[in-house]
Amino acid sequence: MSKKAIDIKNLNVRYGQNTALSDINLTVEEGDFLGIIGPNGGGKSTLLKAMLGLVNISGGEITVYGKPRNARKAKIGYVPQFAMMDKHFPITVFEVVLTGRLCGKLAPFYGYSKADLKIADDVIERIGISHLSKRRISQLSGGEFQKMLIARALAQQPKVLLLDEPTASVDTSSRRQISALLDEISNTMTIIFVTHDLLAVSSHVKSLACLNTTLVYHGEPQLTEQVVDSLYDCPVDLIAHGVPHRVLGEHKGGR
Amino acid sequence: MQLLKAITQYQFLQNAFAACIMASVVCGIIGVITTEKKLIMLSGGIAHTSYGGIGLGYLLGFEPILGALLFSVSAAIGIGYINRKGYQRSEILISLFWSVGMALGILFVALAPGYPPELSTYLFGNILSVTKIDLYLMAALSFAVVAIVAIFFNHWKAYLFDAEFAEILGIKTSVLEYLILILIALSIVVLIKAVGIILVLALLTAPAAFSALLTHRFALRMLYAIIFGSIFCVSGLFISYYANIASGASIVLLSSLCFAVAYAINQISLGK
Repeated sequence: MSKKAIDIKNLNVRYGQNTALSDINLTVEEGDFLGIIGPNGGGKSTLLKAMLGLVNISGGEITVYGKPRNARKAKIGYVPQFAMMDKHFPITVFEVVLTGRLCGKLAPFYGYSKADLKIADDVIERIGISHLSKRRISQLSGGEFQKMLIARALAQQPKVLLLDEPTASVDTSSRRQISALLDEISNTMTIIFVTHDLLAVSSHVKSLACLNTTLVYHGEPQLTEQVVDSLYDCPVDLIAHGVPHRVLGEHKGGR
Repeated sequence: MQLLKAITQYQFLQNAFAACIMASVVCGIIGVITTEKKLIMLSGGIAHTSYGGIGLGYLLGFEPILGALLFSVSAAIGIGYINRKGYQRSEILISLFWSVGMALGILFVALAPGYPPELSTYLFGNILSVTKIDLYLMAALSFAVVAIVAIFFNHWKAYLFDAEFAEILGIKTSVLEYLILILIALSIVVLIKAVGIILVLALLTAPAAFSALLTHRFALRMLYAIIFGSIFCVSGLFISYYANIASGASIVLLSSLCFAVAYAINQISLGK
């Protein structure tokens, strides 16, 4: 019997006059590996942030393991879009990963325990960036930065891992490594990631959702032309760049 | 040597020396935070708003530096609150606080009866005129700043690097956000006597920028900034004492010049 990791019912999110998400119903089973695709501005990041409790929802509810959303208690790990981050902050890779262990309370003179240091070391090794551990973040490539953020999220020891565009703006070999990494991680926890890049959808994704303000599709990782067209409002030619598994049927002519 | 001898002899020089050190400690810590988080203009806004409080002090007859404290903390909380309410154009907000604060100061001083007081002390700083009361206030504020940063150091580091992630961890980031604005306000009050409102920005940026050339470790950067700030301030005090010019001007010119030279050397050594 699989448990519901995340259950979203009639979710609405508005930013002022703009509707970012409208009437979303989505259930993510424990152990799922869900890819959410959709165009830019389709509300993908907003959906992740709603699950994390970072945005105010205007209607509906989100439960995480049966409890109202509360990232801290429910242990949701998060990998943000690294393009948005401060890459010049004076901090090393190890220190960043260690912040995944930080306690949520503003405890005076809080120090990391030996166990925390060990966990940070272990995830750094698991991600394969041990050689970068002491390096400061301004010296990292895009792919290395992204791996560091994945390590930080794993240091949280989450049950569910959320990733926002994990393979955007990284080079091809890093993209492949990160995809392989996610496949491996998906054996141990529930993963949800969003991407605007149809090609980033790994061959090991167990289910797929398509989001453009509303949820257009949710189910098996096979897309029909009809779904993709309604998702992107215009015909999209689906080219697979050496992706081992084609999630998309061939596109036939315009509308 | 002559200065050391003078310091042992004159109370006002001892006060000035103590004020220099406290200003440097605060600048080192808060300067690194404000330069990293791009809060420099906000700091400038808070500093200039405090002029309104100085005017109010003169008008109502209480210690002007307390007025500055009141106005700068209020400005910090006000700017923070309006930003949190989702107002996007923070540069407009900062500019308005900046100019309204200055305008209020001028208005209050004009309304004050009698001969217009000597305000250049607050605008440009005169570290040689620091009184015992000023020193006590500076000591209390410096202690508060150091303590608040030290007590939550690991949380600060995580928050300053990635506030969103800190929030996901369950950290009350709104508390830290207000706290940092209040720390900036407190620091500015500490700095007013040393370098004056107009020159505060240089003392917040130059030592921090200088230390950024030398180290990429967060805590070490603060420590270096404190050391360089002390050197700049004490040397500036020396120049101010002998050349009889405003301490603010000498400290700022000296620290900016040192940074410019260090930056040039750094660029050349990098082969650019």
